[in-house]
Amino acid sequence: MASAPSKLYSDDVSLVVVLLDTNPFFWSSSSLSFSQFLTHLNQVVVIATGYNSCDYVYDSSSTGNQSVGNGRMPSLCATLLQNLEEFMNKDEQLGKQEPEGRIACSLLSGSLSMALCYIQRVFRSGLLHPQPRILCLQGSPDGPEQYVAIMNAIFSAQRSMVPIDSCYLGAQNSAFLQQASYITGGVHHKPQQLDGLFQYLLTIFGTDLHSRNFLQLPKPVGVDFRASCFCHKNTIDMGYICSVCLSIYCKHLKKCSTCGSVFGQAQTQSDEPSATNRKRKTTDA
Amino acid sequence: EDEDDNLGLEAWERSYADDRSWEALQEDESGFLRPIDNSAFYHAQYRRRLRTTARIQKGLIRYLYIVIDLSRAAAEMDFRPSRMAVVAKQVEAFVREFFDQNPLSQIGLVTVKDGVANCLTDLGGSPESHIKALMGKLGCSGDSSLQNALDLVQGLLSQIPSYGHREVLILYSALSTCDPGDIMETIQKCKESKIRCSVIGLSAEMFICKHLCQDTGGSYSVALDESHFKELIMEHAPPPPAIAEFAIANLIKMGFPQRAGEGSISICSCHKEVKVGVGYTCPRCKARVCELPTDCRICGLQLVSSPHLARSYHHLFPIAPFDEVTPLLNDPRNRSRSTCFGCQQSLLSSGNKPGLYVACPKCKKHFCLECDIYIHESLHNCPGCESL
Repeated sequence: MASAPSKLYSDDVSLVVVLLDTNPFFWSSSSLSFSQFLTHLNQVVVIATGYNSCDYVYDSSSTGNQSVGNGRMPSLCATLLQNLEEFMNKDEQLGKQEPEGRIACSLLSGSLSMALCYIQRVFRSGLLHPQPRILCLQGSPDGPEQYVAIMNAIFSAQRSMVPIDSCYLGAQNSAFLQQASYITGGVHHKPQQLDGLFQYLLTIFGTDLHSRNFLQLPKPVGVDFRASCFCHKNTIDMGYICSVCLSIYCKHLKKCSTCGSVFGQAQTQSDEPSATNRKRKTTDA
Repeated sequence: EDEDDNLGLEAWERSYADDRSWEALQEDESGFLRPIDNSAFYHAQYRRRLRTTARIQKGLIRYLYIVIDLSRAAAEMDFRPSRMAVVAKQVEAFVREFFDQNPLSQIGLVTVKDGVANCLTDLGGSPESHIKALMGKLGCSGDSSLQNALDLVQGLLSQIPSYGHREVLILYSALSTCDPGDIMETIQKCKESKIRCSVIGLSAEMFICKHLCQDTGGSYSVALDESHFKELIMEHAPPPPAIAEFAIANLIKMGFPQRAGEGSISICSCHKEVKVGVGYTCPRCKARVCELPTDCRICGLQLVSSPHLARSYHHLFPIAPFDEVTPLLNDPRNRSRSTCFGCQQSLLSSGNKPGLYVACPKCKKHFCLECDIYIHESLHNCPGCESL
């Protein structure tokens, strides 16, 4: 359970940080047009999750965006769309390689981390601050290399008591988003009909946290918390865990492939896990 | 004498008498009084903490006994309302934080009262049962006995599996110990059983505690006041550096139960009550358990879920500390990168001068001091590196 201290919220003000999946490989194959995606939200910050980078696209509390065109809807959308255009152009320039035909994943872990940093800044802004939550609009599939980073972000959100809602528009199920919403107490939904997306967003994800106590929202069904073994990537019911590095194996081994510890006898030297040395090329302290 | 003065004051007056709020102010260059800017101070504290946790192997499966001294010295009121109340409150917060950071580990509680050590709760993985047991038994009397506590803990810890790291945390209020035999022998036995003993003292430094901690590889500290005590006890929540010979690496068989189907009815094995739809099913014997992580009561299999394991992965893949950057005032790049990459806060301090900030050595993005602390202590992801 999270151990964050109790906070004082102003009841009627909410802050929603929207993580918008802008993976062009997904949107080019989807039938829904990108510009029909946007809804009218109160205090909102939009972070775009791109294929090569992530960036802040729109912040309703920054002074440059307010009182433009009498604050009417079309002008707010115009700023947002313009920033999104610029972001997509920059994102494309950063990319180099083509995928093999499968829809590649977007950088969800990066935008989740940025959203959490922004929410921490909101918490620092004084005693009465808006109630924050994160909404992920995602279409791309899960990238397994982001597993550790996404789980770190989910646990940090749980400690700060920030719910992560997720709306998944892709073909298969996203296990990461289901786990994220379950652990942090948010709502996960996969809309059946994409034409009615605006209605789904308004009725399910547009509700603020206080009203959720009275509303019937989609319940979490079938969240699978089983682990995958490191050797074959199969989902397993029972497995063996290395006591040093917590790697999961489906059958008994003599030596751990991640940290190199030999099982059943005392180690003489403590080595860093070899996988981390390959991933992070920093020198040891 | 202090207390007599305080009784005559209202509560709001007492807050000025006790907290000395004038000490939190300082004068700035134009002579105005401003609250002390603590962000640079907290950042310096955090940098000190970061230096001590370098990339070394940590013991992730820990079996920790907390020994609470309930002798008459714990009834002293130099910590308000009494030492024992402060200890109980901080132990509760510590137990929650410990299970948050070490989901596969177990804690047991031992109390020392009237010179006798009693086991309050057995080693277990559920925070609520420990906290409930602690809050019920808070009377202090008699002497404290370090040797009896160590003997009891050493006996209890000899039964745990060999891959676990054995630790004891002693919260000692007394200034003396009333022992039935030679405590040096007990310390030697603890050293041979590879138990890492740490002590947090509440009154003054004692030689025997210092010797115990040095011999067994633990840490000894003495708390100055309530907030310092809280800081010291929370230092024991993250896993300590593992001494390789202390625990034998082994493969532990664990089960990953699925959630029970909606609407299915069965009797759970922990409370012996009928439960509808909630809970998990043990994959080996199909018994129903209510919460994770736990040991199945019927077949003894350790049951966890993958998020519990994932909570410890950040110890295995730590992120590099950020480098402090002292900006050049005339650097033209300062104008373009003047916001923190994480929270978009301006990195310029008052007067458009660049303030102190940090940069990630790998992705070279700039972050403000508060994001630096948050990223390294809570989030464990660098937003810049994840966005590449």
